[in-house]
Amino acid sequence: MFIRHEFFEKNAIFLLIGTLVTIAIGGIVEIVPLFTIETTVEHVDGMRPYSPLELRGRDIYVREGCYLCHSQQIRTLRDEVERYGHYSIAAESMYDHPFQWGSKRIGPDLARVGGKYSNDWHYAHLHNAQAVVPESIMPHYGFLAETPLETDDIQSRMKALRTVGVPYTDEDIANAKADLLTQANPDADSAKLMGRYPKANIVPGNGHEVTEADALVAYLQMLGTLVNFADTSTERLQQ
Amino acid sequence: MSDHALAEPRVVYNDAVVKKFVVASLFWAIVAFLVGCYIAAELTWPALNLGLSFSNFGRLRPVHTSAAIFAFGGSALLGTSFYVVQRTCRARLFGGEALANFVFWGYQFFIVMAALSYVLGFSQSKEYAEPEWHLDLWLTVVWVCYLLIFLGTILKRSEPHIYVANWFYLAFIVTIAVLHIVNNAAIPISWYSAKSYSVYAGVQDALVQWWYGHNAVGFFLTAGFLGMMYYFIPKAAGRPVYSYRLSIVHFWTLIFLYIWAGPHHLHWTALPDWTQTVGMAFSIMLWMPSWGGMINGIMTLSGAWDKLRTDPGLRFSVTAVGFYGMSTFEGPVMSVREVNALSHYTDWTIGHVHSGALGWVAFIVFGSFYYLIPVLWNRKALYSVRLVAWHYWIATLGIVLYIVSMWVAGIMEGLMWRAYDKFGFLQYSFVESVVAIHPFFVIRLLGGVFFLIGGLMMVFNVFMTITSESTERPREPLIAPAMLAGA
Repeated sequence: MFIRHEFFEKNAIFLLIGTLVTIAIGGIVEIVPLFTIETTVEHVDGMRPYSPLELRGRDIYVREGCYLCHSQQIRTLRDEVERYGHYSIAAESMYDHPFQWGSKRIGPDLARVGGKYSNDWHYAHLHNAQAVVPESIMPHYGFLAETPLETDDIQSRMKALRTVGVPYTDEDIANAKADLLTQANPDADSAKLMGRYPKANIVPGNGHEVTEADALVAYLQMLGTLVNFADTSTERLQQ
Repeated sequence: MSDHALAEPRVVYNDAVVKKFVVASLFWAIVAFLVGCYIAAELTWPALNLGLSFSNFGRLRPVHTSAAIFAFGGSALLGTSFYVVQRTCRARLFGGEALANFVFWGYQFFIVMAALSYVLGFSQSKEYAEPEWHLDLWLTVVWVCYLLIFLGTILKRSEPHIYVANWFYLAFIVTIAVLHIVNNAAIPISWYSAKSYSVYAGVQDALVQWWYGHNAVGFFLTAGFLGMMYYFIPKAAGRPVYSYRLSIVHFWTLIFLYIWAGPHHLHWTALPDWTQTVGMAFSIMLWMPSWGGMINGIMTLSGAWDKLRTDPGLRFSVTAVGFYGMSTFEGPVMSVREVNALSHYTDWTIGHVHSGALGWVAFIVFGSFYYLIPVLWNRKALYSVRLVAWHYWIATLGIVLYIVSMWVAGIMEGLMWRAYDKFGFLQYSFVESVVAIHPFFVIRLLGGVFFLIGGLMMVFNVFMTITSESTERPREPLIAPAMLAGA
């Protein structure tokens, strides 16, 4: 057996190919079926793509590295379900490019933070977490409320997401900017926005411009709220 | 055989690029340790975040991890691989000086741009793969050139066999290329924007990411540094590699098994159970080849153990292999789902990572560099061997403080999160666990500061060595370690 190892040891190309084949097997066996086995992602009612404002909030969540301290994945363990709510299912992150499950809880899980606190609480908490939770070690994100949200590229963002499989319609993209502004303006008529993005949370805004804080709060307030677990039979959730 | 070798014309090696990488690696080591200490302090006293976008923990943490893994570790790997491949092949680097310099400056450019992009708010949020698409493309170009140089040098070797260290370096280079390209597949929102969206979503993205993430550990932080171990430990100990057979067996099993282990980062999540189970099974099996490597490294000192008394550089390398053995035992334990239920999301994981990153990766680099630097700069010896011994003890103490505090903090968090009171309610709110681990965050920071001080000692020692007077050091014997290793 070890004499034959000369085959690799004396020929760099065979060593290279041998290595490539050896490392390819595990990845192919584990990853490819996740794209082909249909039950990997459950079929549930309620999932929809992010509204334009939520999407921009999510981009800010990614940019600031929130996932480094906050997971978005409630595990199937009793204490986690009691602390955070129903365990996360694959369908809930089916439009997440990239996923935000995280790997460390320096702060609590946020998979179902949507609706747990008021909008005002979130603005105050982002501005100065210690003012709301004295023991918190979260940095201050006051600069978000002072930074106007970049909204001109919202359509190219949605188009890029459509390219990778998020089902935004032409209508969604055409109305992106209007929907975004509507969601940050409590006085606007939100019927069309709500039709396209049910359960979207209207944020108060500051009356003259949409800020990054508005987008982030809109995103946080919808996390984990889309799927109605009361309507979902366990049979359908089985993988 | 050595007579024959001596009769051949001497090959002039390209050591200039190796020197550059060594200096860069030490520079980035200090950056990585410094930023690490700062963000550890931010977690301990949150006012240090300063409330500014670029100084907040979320933006600095990738600077720390990238500086440690890719800048410090990566520069050490590229530099030593260029050194080792030339000597063990008895061939000058393929592609000439220009290509080697392009790889050096291209790689450093990538690191600087990546660090700047994080603090300025560009991150694709994939852990250890945070740079956005344009930097990913740039790194791909640099990396392919690196592969060309390395493979080209092996192809034009004047040794019949490819030495074992080069198997590991080669596996590291090609596997990282595959992982990098697959995991970073993304669609930019426009050609003029740095922002992109991953082509994968949700559960698939999670597995692709941790297939990447765990094998960044397996191939960047393990296989590459095993290559370093297989050259520098036999060199410093003056002994052949303990077992040639063991190196064959553990090389192929290590690279085969590692690639399966990613799903253990996703236990109890929405990842299908079958994938979790497969990942766990392979993670446990991985214990064996890992310890195969550890045994091969440590047993190489058979008959030369006395050198540990006189050569603190070798002490670093051997302790590194010891930490390697410890963290590759801890890893499989943590990959068991029942253990992971407690350990995941806690600081236990952070402690585990650092016992590998500080104990194994940094120590094997220190040990190799203490051997390499007098050779590269043609000095008789290091400026101060006593300072190496001091570096060894302060760094070891730092690691112990770090990992023990993180074990205690992590297990405490895990237990507090699942604790129930006598009425059957959750006993603690989340923030109570944050308060409880504060003292251990202070100890962790102290450990980090110790490690940083050790690093500064090394930089001083190396600086003094390089700037001291050159001595006509007897040239290295031309016996390649492949021959030393024997069969």
